[in-house]
Amino acid sequence: MTARAWLERQRALLDFTLASLGRRPGKNLALLLVYALVVFALASTLLFTAALRREAALVLRGAPDVVVQRLVAGRHDPIPAAEVARLASIRGVSAATGRRWGYYFDRGSRANLTVQVPPAWWGGDGEVVVGEGVARARRAAPGEDFPMLAASGHFIHLRVREVIPADSALVSSDLVLLSDGDFQRLFGDDPARFTDVALTVPNAREVPMVAEKVVKLIPQARAITRAELQRTYESVFDRRSGLVVALLATAVLAFAVVAWDKAAGLSAEERREIGVLKALGWETSDVLLVKLQEGAVVSLLAFAAGVLAAYAHVFLGSAWLFAAALKGWSTLSPDYRLTPDVSPLELTTLFFLSVVPYTVATVVPAWRAATADPDEVMRS
Amino acid sequence: MIVNPAVIALVGGSAAGGALLLVAAAHGVAVLRGWDLGSGSQRQLELERRTYLVSTLLGFTLAFELLSLFLFVFTADALAPQFTGAMCAAGSLQASPYGYPVLLLKLLDAVLAGLWLILDHADKQGYDYPLIRVKYAALLLLAPPALVEAGLQAAYFAGLRPEVITSCCGSLFGEGGRGLGADLASLPPALAGGGLAAVLLLALGSALVFLRTGRGALATGLLSAAALPVALAAVVGVISPYVYELPTHHCPFCLLQREYHHLGYPLYAALLLGSVAGAGVALLAPFRATPSLAEAVPALQRRLARLALAGLGVFGALSAFVVLASGLRM
Repeated sequence: MTARAWLERQRALLDFTLASLGRRPGKNLALLLVYALVVFALASTLLFTAALRREAALVLRGAPDVVVQRLVAGRHDPIPAAEVARLASIRGVSAATGRRWGYYFDRGSRANLTVQVPPAWWGGDGEVVVGEGVARARRAAPGEDFPMLAASGHFIHLRVREVIPADSALVSSDLVLLSDGDFQRLFGDDPARFTDVALTVPNAREVPMVAEKVVKLIPQARAITRAELQRTYESVFDRRSGLVVALLATAVLAFAVVAWDKAAGLSAEERREIGVLKALGWETSDVLLVKLQEGAVVSLLAFAAGVLAAYAHVFLGSAWLFAAALKGWSTLSPDYRLTPDVSPLELTTLFFLSVVPYTVATVVPAWRAATADPDEVMRS
Repeated sequence: MIVNPAVIALVGGSAAGGALLLVAAAHGVAVLRGWDLGSGSQRQLELERRTYLVSTLLGFTLAFELLSLFLFVFTADALAPQFTGAMCAAGSLQASPYGYPVLLLKLLDAVLAGLWLILDHADKQGYDYPLIRVKYAALLLLAPPALVEAGLQAAYFAGLRPEVITSCCGSLFGEGGRGLGADLASLPPALAGGGLAAVLLLALGSALVFLRTGRGALATGLLSAAALPVALAAVVGVISPYVYELPTHHCPFCLLQREYHHLGYPLYAALLLGSVAGAGVALLAPFRATPSLAEAVPALQRRLARLALAGLGVFGALSAFVVLASGLRM
């Protein structure tokens, strides 16, 4: 058979398959809908966690190479300012910066805010720069008053200098930036201590060695490297999406049973159709091909519809259905759009989780139908 | 133990693929035991029907194996950041002793399933099921590696500990390391490249000779089959450094990544297609004498030889292009 004749034949069979699917719209649409829903649920989970992981990786790229925290009785404790110079003297460390940050529970909006003194504060004393989520919760606009309850029990009155644009909302939504002096007024902080110390290590290969030296230098300290942070985020996202998919696996199994049932339970009309085809001279392999093509058409449509819907759900609708389970626990959840991106990893995974179970469930029923005896079928 | 969607998909997919193969093998045993074309009994009719099921199942198995081969590499690649020192799939595969065996078994399964389908296709061309016994005996050889692979893969993912210190691809395929990867990497580029060029030219030449004269089926098959390991060695030894423009970077997996324009996909797909099709030419050679296949087998062999020419040719052209277009000179 020439390639052209072969193609013509496939086309003719596909025509027949499509017409045959069209003759039973109710049954096939129902299957298609359930199939697409399964794909949608799985795809949403996969796309959403992959997008979050990417965002986290992007954010971590700007994180310090090593963060040094002091521990007392296993709890995080401010580190004496004198240690900063000692840390900076470690060979391989080009800079050590003491950082001040903390959390502030805002009673009005019932949200936890992250309060930080930025490395180079561009505002003046008495001014704050707030994240988009904070501005939303406190209805604060630039120039307005921003009172905060200080550790002394009195309110300190700050003024909103600017609101951080929503582009970086994923990290800045709950952020409040202020000056060093205001930070100390707010928390009653000891000026001779920092929350932690950020080290800059230009050569990435020296990072583990620097971390080791830090622990030797200050025995109560712990050094957190950027790679460790990244690893932790990866495994958190992996585990969460794995759990959701494991839960969805029961849905996939149920769907496979439905598909098997649908494929096995041929209606009298379908049986008669196969009988007629065979009586007309169709071979078993032709009928089998049509049956498999039916499965392929349904799979393709459901896969495409499910993935497209999930894409819209995740990247246009910010995954509002699953966000609660996968995102986190913050009250000031940022309003953000994830960067649209679909990788072959997610698509292949999705294919294995949806099309493979469907195919495995339907192949034996399809073969049964295709090998049925015309004579037997016509008589039953 | 690592549980993420891709791992669940791989383990589930391999279990499903293994189950399909087991069903196929069970039917195969029934066919081998009871086949008697001369008989018109109900049993023989039933067996003839089963052959359709087995071919279909094997077709799906092949498709799943190929996809799972790629998914396995994707997953290993995506897991890399969770291992200290691992930068791509090379490092995460090294994180457990099962990593590389699983990869090689997957490759073997895909090749074997491809060859089986060629045999099956030839068998269907004859009216009297001429290859039925060969085919079903071969089927029994196919099932064990697939089942072992499914088991090892589960063991691989179960045994992964995200804190393990593993070598990154820089050291695993670096010249100072040990093991197969390092041996391949320390091949002199001239030897690896020359060997690849020689095997490819010989294979392409013998396929051309076969198309012209109908002779040299065995040589075409052996050379095409030999092209697979030689080419993989050359990818590690010489082609990768040219792609990365870095004489010390030999990783065969980074080729699949976006930074290198996903070059690995066309490269590996062409190689696999060319080698399997070429090997099929030799596989079918003994059956030219079968009366019912006297016409069909030579035609099929010619088609396979053309596919081998195309696959190996594309692989060779891509490799040559990469080396010539690269900014690296060694």
